[in-house]
Amino acid sequence: MTEAPTTRVGPPETLIRLEGVSKRFGDHLVFRNLTLGFRRGETAVVLGASGVGKSVLLKLVLGLVRPDAGRIYIDGTEITALSERRLIPIRMRFGMVFQGAALFDFLTVYENVAFGLREHRKWPESKVREVVRRKLSLVDLEGTENLLPEELSGGMRKRVGLARAIALDPEVILYDEPTTGLDPVTADTINSLILRCQRELRTTGIVVTHDMASAYKVGDRLVMLHAGGVIADGSPDEIRRHPDIRVQRFIHGDASLVAAPAGGDPS
Amino acid sequence: MAIIRPIANVGNYVASQVADLGRFAIFSAQMFRWVVTDFTRWSLLRPQLYEVGVRSLPVIVFTGAFVGMVLAVQSYFQFEAMGRAAWSGAVINLSVVKELGPVLAGVMIAGRVGGALAAGLGTMKVTEQIDALRALGADPIRHLVVPRFLACLLLIPFLTAYCDFVGILGGYVVAWSYGVDTHEYWLHSSDVIENFDLFTGVIKSALFGAAIALISCYKGFQSRQGAEGVGRAATDAFVVSFMVILVLDFLIVLFLQGLYDALWGRTSIFS
Repeated sequence: MTEAPTTRVGPPETLIRLEGVSKRFGDHLVFRNLTLGFRRGETAVVLGASGVGKSVLLKLVLGLVRPDAGRIYIDGTEITALSERRLIPIRMRFGMVFQGAALFDFLTVYENVAFGLREHRKWPESKVREVVRRKLSLVDLEGTENLLPEELSGGMRKRVGLARAIALDPEVILYDEPTTGLDPVTADTINSLILRCQRELRTTGIVVTHDMASAYKVGDRLVMLHAGGVIADGSPDEIRRHPDIRVQRFIHGDASLVAAPAGGDPS
Repeated sequence: MAIIRPIANVGNYVASQVADLGRFAIFSAQMFRWVVTDFTRWSLLRPQLYEVGVRSLPVIVFTGAFVGMVLAVQSYFQFEAMGRAAWSGAVINLSVVKELGPVLAGVMIAGRVGGALAAGLGTMKVTEQIDALRALGADPIRHLVVPRFLACLLLIPFLTAYCDFVGILGGYVVAWSYGVDTHEYWLHSSDVIENFDLFTGVIKSALFGAAIALISCYKGFQSRQGAEGVGRAATDAFVVSFMVILVLDFLIVLFLQGLYDALWGRTSIFS
């Protein structure tokens, strides 16, 4: 069987690009002709109500879910039709922090963080151990190596998930609801860790969330999804002043806001 | 027009079943490709060998003992009425080795191991651990399915051998308690049971093991979201494995009986 030929398109600063992507699960249309790009080095926050397809967007980018129509490019290479085996080198350029952390529950913290290193690097165990120690130190979890995921709190699990995601020094880190289900202080710790990773590892980030405090803190670009497409895309300040009432309702968490008359503020 | 809807429903059901069979075939082909090209790693296989082999042993021993004892109680009185009580050994042991040992061991393992495999993998799916494996550039079939398949394939014949052994022992204990002559009991048994009968049991159990592992892992991978989805996957794994064991048993017996007749001619325990 032959693979679909890969082509390189788009300006070099666009690292990830979705072109005319549509995706449906049964009767539920998630994306309709979605076109969206993410630039190298930026931290983009994708906002939207529950079920709007934020997590699906991350899975499309990683090739975990295939689009029904449209094309997806990573660094100019089309990945839409690549086989699982050919997707492996692409996926190694990414790290993903899953919503519930998705730690392998049969492995210890050390083995979870070491998983990608053991899978892809032919390193002696001493070097793996050193890298795992450094990554766990970056997320302030030294000394937890021998614990099992079931022995960790929600915040610790997210941090181990982050350590596992950055173990292979990825270019891009995808965060799926990194602060959901955490108390405000722990959520803020996770936000600080995201900023620290972006700063120290110089990665591109896509953060999916509906936590506006998190979005304003970590994002230098906010994208809002609604009804299968993008309804707002801009800097945090631009999104704060966005005229669309759906955006204002979302960022203020107030479903009772009504559209303002032309030229006025929503109330 | 009222007749159109039921026909459409039947058509949709058949189409979904055929599609499911196709997905199962692709899943199995991917699994066999990994077995051939990479086999597996000891670190992945060892915990599965423990889970499938060691932890199933008590259930298997319990099943085997009672199968043998029940067979002994039921057959003793029939043979005793004919004045040939010692012949009950031949029937008990032949039944255990050729049929009841492999099938009942297979059914018990489908319940214990198959249900656990489907529930475990289903939980991994709904908690996104399988997606996490793929995101880390690892193949979930290689990491999760191949070791479980090999553990079932390699150990279920051994578990069946244990089941047979304990069943034979249980049957003998009951027969002995009824006063059957020990020498005669074993003499008739050894006259009737051939190596081919033992081979039949082992072949059956290996195929049952392979089927249980593939079906259960597939059901786990296809699990739907939520506790209900995982529970449904575990139940489906057991029910489908059970039905497949019965169908496979019939087909294997048909094939091996034909093979035996072709090689050695037809025989009977009474001849």
